[in-house]
Amino acid sequence: MNIYADNAATTKMSRTAVDAMLPYLDQIYGNPSSLHSVGQRANEALASARGRVAACLGCDAGEIIFTSGGSEADNQAIISAARIGERKGKKHIISTAFEHHAVLHTLNKLEKEGFEVTLLDVHENGLVTARQVEEAIREDTCLVTVMYANNEIGTIQPIGEIGAVCRAKGVLFHTDAVQAAGHLHIDVKEQNIDMLSLSAHKFHGPKGIGALYVKKGIALTNLIEGGAQERGKRAGTENIPAIMGMAAALEEACGSIDENAAKVSALRDRLIAGLSEIPHGVLNGDAVKRLPGNVNFCFEGIEGESLLLLLDDKGVCASSGSACTSGSLDPSHVLLAIGRPHEIAHGSLRLTISEETTQEEVDYLIGAVKEVVSYLRGMSPVWRDLESGKSKFVTA
Amino acid sequence: MALYSDKVMDHFRNPRNVGVIEDADGVGEVGNAKCGDIMKIYLKIDNDIISDVKFETFGCGSAIASSSMATELIKGRPVSEALELSNKAVAEALDGLPAHKMHCSVLAEEAIKAAVKDYYDRNGIEYDHAQFPDCESCGHCSV
Repeated sequence: MNIYADNAATTKMSRTAVDAMLPYLDQIYGNPSSLHSVGQRANEALASARGRVAACLGCDAGEIIFTSGGSEADNQAIISAARIGERKGKKHIISTAFEHHAVLHTLNKLEKEGFEVTLLDVHENGLVTARQVEEAIREDTCLVTVMYANNEIGTIQPIGEIGAVCRAKGVLFHTDAVQAAGHLHIDVKEQNIDMLSLSAHKFHGPKGIGALYVKKGIALTNLIEGGAQERGKRAGTENIPAIMGMAAALEEACGSIDENAAKVSALRDRLIAGLSEIPHGVLNGDAVKRLPGNVNFCFEGIEGESLLLLLDDKGVCASSGSACTSGSLDPSHVLLAIGRPHEIAHGSLRLTISEETTQEEVDYLIGAVKEVVSYLRGMSPVWRDLESGKSKFVTA
Repeated sequence: MALYSDKVMDHFRNPRNVGVIEDADGVGEVGNAKCGDIMKIYLKIDNDIISDVKFETFGCGSAIASSSMATELIKGRPVSEALELSNKAVAEALDGLPAHKMHCSVLAEEAIKAAVKDYYDRNGIEYDHAQFPDCESCGHCSV
């Protein structure tokens, strides 16, 4: 059996998205900036896609900028807010300890320029509260950036409540909605979101394309200089095929959001229940306020990379936050942020399922993980010490 | 996965000499759970020959493969030869390791040395302390 359970990393494109792209590769291939009819046909497509993406978010077409993906959108949103703040002498930014690196590394860069960054504690359940945001806001705060849903542990933040606090205090609010778009309801007006980033390949659209929603009246700073595309805020000929694929994928996902969420979260809960039977493992992140497709566990006494390799042998594609898979010496900053000790964080497993996942596959996943965890524990000196009582279990 | 050679994957999937020797003559454990890898080597020594060797490893694919290969390389060999086993020899026998995984072969070398040192200590055998670098000398775990 081959099971793709790494949908938070990327998704398979939907047929709808592929079909939406194809005509723009070899038939309507014009440059939207060209005055001739071939170009104008592409320009019409671009305008329609912008309107459709905007409709899915509850904003106006003029508030959407197409980018190369979520990372670029995050970078541009944060840098823009920082420049606006700087002009008013406001150089304080609030975020959380478990943001995506596209956010954290941009904040690090700003810190080197003299900005002050407050990273809010995300607690053991992986959630921040609007109250925490409210208490952290200062006179010189120019931006609050909090992710909509976490990419590793799937926890969903109270975005509407945070938006309300920021609006009341007059502070710009950005959310990295890369994991949320197409999976959770988003209404930027109702939720008082000033800027929002999304990426198409997380909802069965193509890679290399994303969007930044930016509320009318907020001045963007360019990251890429050149032509006057995207209202002069993002130079470079628009990737029309990818934009068409993204618009189609987002519309499709948003059109069946409740139905998909109900189906996928039922499978997620079945998977969580099955994996909870493994002794000395722990679910990472709140059990309820989490993305429909996200399951993330730490298992004591084993290391994540060997777990992934053996699961791959069984046809299962998964991911882990262990140091060996992160390419650094430290395990995932997300797991450390929710208070998992290094020893436990190395033994993490993330399974992210989709609407295409079946119950039969979920049952196979449970069996495969149980088998591999037990096999690896059998050769682990750490597990031997835990079992013999020489060292203490951290989890139940 | 193309990350590892076929040899590494073979030793990872079918590790040789996994287990424990209850009446071992020397046991060596190196690494740190915080860093994500621990290796434990058990030696049975008869007339200065390593008659049996077992290992337990907590770690990534290359850590398990390095332990397996290292035990194969010293099984049936004199203790003095086991002491000469270098991490490079382990890595070469595995048809190479990715650069950021070389420390796994270092752990294997050190685990064997630690087990031999334990054997020497238990039996009051004199040895040159400089032969046995301590864990800190590797520098892998900066935490």
